[in-house]
Formats: sequence, C-alpha cells, structure tokens
Amino acid sequence: MSRILEADDVRRALTRIAHEIVEREDQSDVVLVGIADRGDHLALRLAGEIRGIVGRDVPVGALDITFYRDDIGLSAEAPEVHETRIPFDVSGRTVVLVDDVLFTGRTVRAAMDALTDLGRPSRIRLAVLVDRGHRELPIRADFVGKNVPTRRGDDVRVMVTELDGEDGAVVSEAEPATAGRGGAA
Amino acid sequence: MREHLLSMHDLSAEDVLRILDTAESFREVGTRVIKKVPALRGRTVVNLFYENSTRTRISFEVAAKRLSADVINFASGASSVSKGESLKDTALTLQAMGADAIVIRHASSGSPHQLTRWVRGHVLNAGDGTHEHPTQALLDLYTMRERLGRLEGLRVAVVGDVLHSRVARSLSFGLVKMGADVTLVGPATLIPPDAPAWGVEVSHDVDAVLPKLDVCYLLRVQTERQRLEYFPSVREYSRLFGLNRARVTLLPEGSLIMHPGPMNRGVEIDSDVADLPQSVIEDQVTNGIAVRMALLYLLLGGRSAAGEEGEGRG
Repeated sequence: MSRILEADDVRRALTRIAHEIVEREDQSDVVLVGIADRGDHLALRLAGEIRGIVGRDVPVGALDITFYRDDIGLSAEAPEVHETRIPFDVSGRTVVLVDDVLFTGRTVRAAMDALTDLGRPSRIRLAVLVDRGHRELPIRADFVGKNVPTRRGDDVRVMVTELDGEDGAVVSEAEPATAGRGGAA
Repeated sequence: MREHLLSMHDLSAEDVLRILDTAESFREVGTRVIKKVPALRGRTVVNLFYENSTRTRISFEVAAKRLSADVINFASGASSVSKGESLKDTALTLQAMGADAIVIRHASSGSPHQLTRWVRGHVLNAGDGTHEHPTQALLDLYTMRERLGRLEGLRVAVVGDVLHSRVARSLSFGLVKMGADVTLVGPATLIPPDAPAWGVEVSHDVDAVLPKLDVCYLLRVQTERQRLEYFPSVREYSRLFGLNRARVTLLPEGSLIMHPGPMNRGVEIDSDVADLPQSVIEDQVTNGIAVRMALLYLLLGGRSAAGEEGEGRG
C-alpha cells in the first residue's frame, strides 16, 4: 500500500480546485453537489475555500447515486444507501459534481441521471480529487486534484477526516495473478 | 437480510435498523417532483391478494412503481379460491411468468411460508390470517422512530382485539426486539393466552395505562367478531376501551396516537381524536411507501434468485 496524497496535498488540491472553479465558472449560479459518501464532505470543504476567495456562500448538496447504479443485482447484497440532501433547485444552475476518485466513470454517469431527475441544470461540471484513469464511458473531469496512474485491479482509497479520522489517499496494488481481492466482490 | 420477509422473527435488530435507515433515503425520494428512481428496472413484482385491502396493496404498488419495477396486481375477487392446490397453481403460473417477488395477502396463516416452497422469487408477507403483518410493523417502527427519535425504552400500549390481530403480533415482536416496553390492553377474551411469552405486559384497564405511554396504538375493532361474542357490544367496548377526548387528556405531552387503518371512527377512536395533531395515522400511510420501497430494494437489489438455481445466494 502506498500513499499518494498526504493531508497537506489534499488541502492544497482543494484550494487549487476552488480557485479554478472561481476563475472558470460564473459565480452567480454555481452550486456544488458532492457524491456520497466521500464527495459530499469534499464538496463542503470546497465551498469553504470558495467562500474564502469570493466572500460569499455557495450552495452545497449531497447526492446519493445508489438507485441509479448500473450494477444493482450483480452483487450478493443490495448496495448500501446514503442520504440525498439538496436543499435548492438545480434547474438553471451550473452544478459542479464533486467526487473523491474518478475511475470507470460509471458513478458519474449515475450521478448525472440522478441530478437530471431533480431538475435541469444549465451545465454540469465534474471535480475530482483523484483521477486514476481506466474510463469505461466517455466522461472526463473538468477539475482534477491529482492524476494517478494505476493498474486496473488496484484499489484507490481517499480518506476524509470526517469519516476516516485523517485526510489522504492510498493505493493498494492488485495482487498478481490468482483471484485477487478485486474479484471477490 | 434473508431471502423472504414472512415474519418479524426473520429479522435481527440490526436488520430492522438497516431497513429503517434505507427507508429514510426513500422518504426523501417521495418528496421530489419526480418520485421515481430506476433501481429495480426490469424486475417484476406481483401483488397476490386473496383478501380485500386498500392501503397495503396500493402502498406496495406505489412502492414498486417508484422503484421502476413492473407491477402485476392479482386480486382473487370473491374468494372461491381455497388454499392448497389452487394457491400452488397460481404460484407456479406467476413463477413461469418470471415474477421476481410475490407480495401475498391471504386469510390462511402460514400461506406465505407455503408459497416459498413453490417459487424461486422473494416472498413478502402482506398479512396472513391471524399470524403476522411484518411490513405494517416496520412502518409503525419507522413512524415511532421518526417522531420520537428512538425505539429503545419506548412505552407502547397496543389496545384492542390483539387475539385476532396480525398487526398486534408483528408490532409486539418488533417492538420487543428493539427494546421497547409493550403493554397489550383489551378485554380478557381478546388477549391471547400466550401473550406473556412474547415479553409483553397485559392490562385490562386502559385508563391506568394511558398516563405512562409514549405511544397509544389502537387496533381496529373487528365488529364481525362481536357476533361471535368475544365482547358484549360495540358500545360497551367503545366505553371501556375507545380513545375519546377525555382519555386523550390522560396521555403524556408529546405522546403519539397510532392506528393501522381502516379506522372505525366512534368505536375504537373518536372522530375528533383521530384528527388531533398527535395522531400520526396519515404519517403511517406515507411512511409505509418508503418502508416498502426499502424492503423491495433490499430483497431484490441483491443478486437475482428468479431464473437461477436457488443455491448461489450469498
């Protein structure tokens, strides 16, 4: 297992993404929507950074995408459900989706479906802390904390203080050959 | 979670919490403009109702539709259908049509259990005879937790015809499992003799019980029972056990009045009492949809059993 982001790296990455969002997006209609259950915490942090830059609050919501996943019924147990909490109308806004890791793109696809069931955003952007590659869908991030080359079977985990007691990210390498842990799910 | 939901005894306290927590998320879906999610697209849910029902059948139908499942409603109409072979034949037909889940209500206790021996899909008990009605109990637990913030230590009285009530049985089992204190209240003829073995108290004096309650749960008086002389008259029942204005004043501040419906206004509950703010009967109905969505999702959201050889389930 190797560490790819320290707590300081996470903080710097979020500060930089916040600046990029401020530079590139029209601040009058930007809202942040984090994908549960790490992205929602990252979205709250980003909102804090943006407030520090522009001196104004950005609306923040949390989105659970479980019901929109394309793999329901493929694992033994139904996937665990989190809370969706979006206390504003997304219609006509620029919604920045926030997630911890961008991998196959399937989560983001589900998030866009979930979001468009809630309203009609004028634009949807994507901010991720780690982009680890291996996309299976034509999706890319607009704001990236760090690009990390990985092998497909590797396990990338982002930690946030709120849930894990510390900030950071680690990669566990895929075990060579045999039925590694990746296949067990 | 097990493969079927037949009885509250199928569930651990942990299972119950998981169901209630999942229902919380579905409650939010019910507040959206588009109250529908694609979670169970392509799955088929059959409502197999051998007894009349309004709210339970519709609640299951709405729940399945909000999960994007296909719903088939089977109502047996005037029941010349008896149990045994014909239920089996119906079940096998539904199976052949690819039902992923069968929601069954039947006058015979144990028929959902019987059904599980014939079909590969998931079976959900929507009320079987005088046995159990677990989804009602779960929506009641959800409503209590939502309103009062906890289940452990809650003092709940279940008032009325406990003997014939599948709701009372499932609810008592569920509440005891979650650490609540349950008192069954009613005329001696309507309290099951084995009730103490459920881990509950028994009382025949509603006025003595009311001041100590967090929840007063009223059961429907099944007036057809009166002909069978379980109690002398509906009027006497109402006078001794009905929740009227005077009795409501005995309830502590902040306590809830609940009823599984359909109500006999003026019998077990006075009409204006049913409409008081502390009466959460409409909440129970709304929450029922979320709880049934959670159950369908948790049972059907795992690896599919229908069409597979049963053994492969983890």
